[in-house]
Amino acid sequence: MINIPSTIKISFRALWVNKMRSTLTMLGIIIGVGAVIAMVAVGTGASRQIAEQIASMGSNLLIVMPGSTTSGGVRMGAGSQPTLSLGDSDAILKECSAVEEVAPTLGGGTQVVFGHLNWSTTVTGTTPGMLTVRDWPLASGRPFTQQDVKSATKVCLVGQTVIDNLFGSQNPMGQTIRIKNVPFTVMGVLSVKGQSTQGQDQDDVIYVPVTTSQKKLFGTQFPGMVRTIMVKARSAEDLSTAEQQITELLRQRHHISQKQDLDFTVRNLTQIMQAREQSTQVMTLLLGAIASVSLLVGGIGIMNIMLVSVTERTREIGIRMAIGAKTWDIRLQFIIEALTLSLIGGVIGIIAGVSTAMILSSISGWPTVVSPLSILLAFGFSGFIGIFFGFYPAYMASLLNPIDALRYE
Amino acid sequence: MSLIEVREISKTYHLGDIDLDVLKSVTTTIDQGEFVAVMGPSGSGKSTFMNMLGCLDQPSSGTYLLEGVDVGSLSRDDLAEIRNKKIGFVFQGFNLLSRTSAIENVELPLLYDGIHARERHERARMALKNVGLEGREDHRPNQLSGGQQQRVAIARALVNEVPIILADEPTGNLDTKTSLEIMELFVKLNLDSHITVILVTHEPDIAAYSKRIIKFIDGRIVSDESGEDKNIDRFVIN
Repeated sequence: MINIPSTIKISFRALWVNKMRSTLTMLGIIIGVGAVIAMVAVGTGASRQIAEQIASMGSNLLIVMPGSTTSGGVRMGAGSQPTLSLGDSDAILKECSAVEEVAPTLGGGTQVVFGHLNWSTTVTGTTPGMLTVRDWPLASGRPFTQQDVKSATKVCLVGQTVIDNLFGSQNPMGQTIRIKNVPFTVMGVLSVKGQSTQGQDQDDVIYVPVTTSQKKLFGTQFPGMVRTIMVKARSAEDLSTAEQQITELLRQRHHISQKQDLDFTVRNLTQIMQAREQSTQVMTLLLGAIASVSLLVGGIGIMNIMLVSVTERTREIGIRMAIGAKTWDIRLQFIIEALTLSLIGGVIGIIAGVSTAMILSSISGWPTVVSPLSILLAFGFSGFIGIFFGFYPAYMASLLNPIDALRYE
Repeated sequence: MSLIEVREISKTYHLGDIDLDVLKSVTTTIDQGEFVAVMGPSGSGKSTFMNMLGCLDQPSSGTYLLEGVDVGSLSRDDLAEIRNKKIGFVFQGFNLLSRTSAIENVELPLLYDGIHARERHERARMALKNVGLEGREDHRPNQLSGGQQQRVAIARALVNEVPIILADEPTGNLDTKTSLEIMELFVKLNLDSHITVILVTHEPDIAAYSKRIIKFIDGRIVSDESGEDKNIDRFVIN
């Protein structure tokens, strides 16, 4: 019968006697586990950040942009001609079954004035659909309506950055701001959205009805034209269907034959972002794999020390065998020693890894996420390393011939 | 049935190309309660013989019956159990675990016998008391004299109430006075507890404590003499 508590006690004492050696051996595991946790935390943080950006962009998002046009054999660059109209936008919503909502945009950067303060920002004309397309609720007030769009009223929704710069501590609701000298009434405040995927401040924005933008602010010689049309598909699976439907619809509406170049492009932003997210996940995996190598090296360190320990204590093993220690008594003693080293190292490594992740994010500003799974995994793995690398030395010890072990000098 | 019965056991060591016959067809029996001294010059095979008896080593040929059981047919773990329950070892170099207190050294055989901590502790304390080391329980080997260390080793050999004690030159590292004390302890154990004591020595003074002397030369038993029991007289005189 094997007496586990006593075997544990024996192992602990052996480790305690060689404090320095035990500590250095543990250091290998500490660094390994710490590196895995910190690296995975950095990677997970990066991909979570991207995931959040995707969410803030609005989910299942397509953008229809004007494409190149050809006039007299000269091919103009993409977006050189306004080719999209409000009519296109309405048609997409009406005709394409995979589309949930649309939001045409027409805007630009301009100076905005309130009282004696002014601020340069992006003013975008759009429809009430924008808030749905971009999953962007209002913080206060109410959105403008289809009626506002129809009658081109001079109302606006304002982002938080604009409010901070124009109104300070004043309540913006109902105030009148001047955009290109046209007075607009603030009827709603957009909730805070933060940085976009490209690092732009998404809250530095003013939304006005698209018709007002056309007539009063950014109108061109082409009435009814819009810059882009943002489209929200019904679901992630519907994205490519929506893309096809829109392409087909606009081809018809713009009278483009199959042979001709399209005068618009449909971009699937969500897909692009998801590709980026995937590549970040691959990076996380790579970082983790590289860090795992150090964990492996730490494990070999444990094996090394245990082998030394077995050799050094051959006589002790002989004594124990002479007075009745069985094969598994000896094996367990050394396995428990190795396991103790790796588990204590693992726990300290987890602490080290978590603090490294926190220090990294506070110094460099990288977002880090320590997932409980990675902690659990690191702990489990270090236990596995203890048993795996401890078994061989323990096995060697248990095979010793008692009389040879006793005579060992 | 004898306690120990060896029939024509031989041991050959293979050292490179040379075969070294350390034991050559040794046959003998030892009964319960005997006090046997095994003598002989170095290299005569007496220590190898002891290692065979102690199940620390296996003979190359021949049979060894311990309490009628053929030891040669047993597994490693069975042999470990026999060493644990039947045999107590006392070595010339004491072979105590350093950095481990006296009482914990004595507890070890009980530990491997799966006995609970409290009982282990109690029995180890009693064993130490029996060898005259009361109050030294928590001393480490390096805090004890040679004689005291050997007493701890004897206590460890006895603690699991074994029928046989095998002592390989138990007084080899001790001064004369201490040697005598240790020998008296063996005699006392042999008389009081009827424990079979087999000891290897090359000192006639030490061998004189025994009732029977087996002499080895060149791997063979050359003489096996049983004298009259002098120990009883000795105790009467003392």
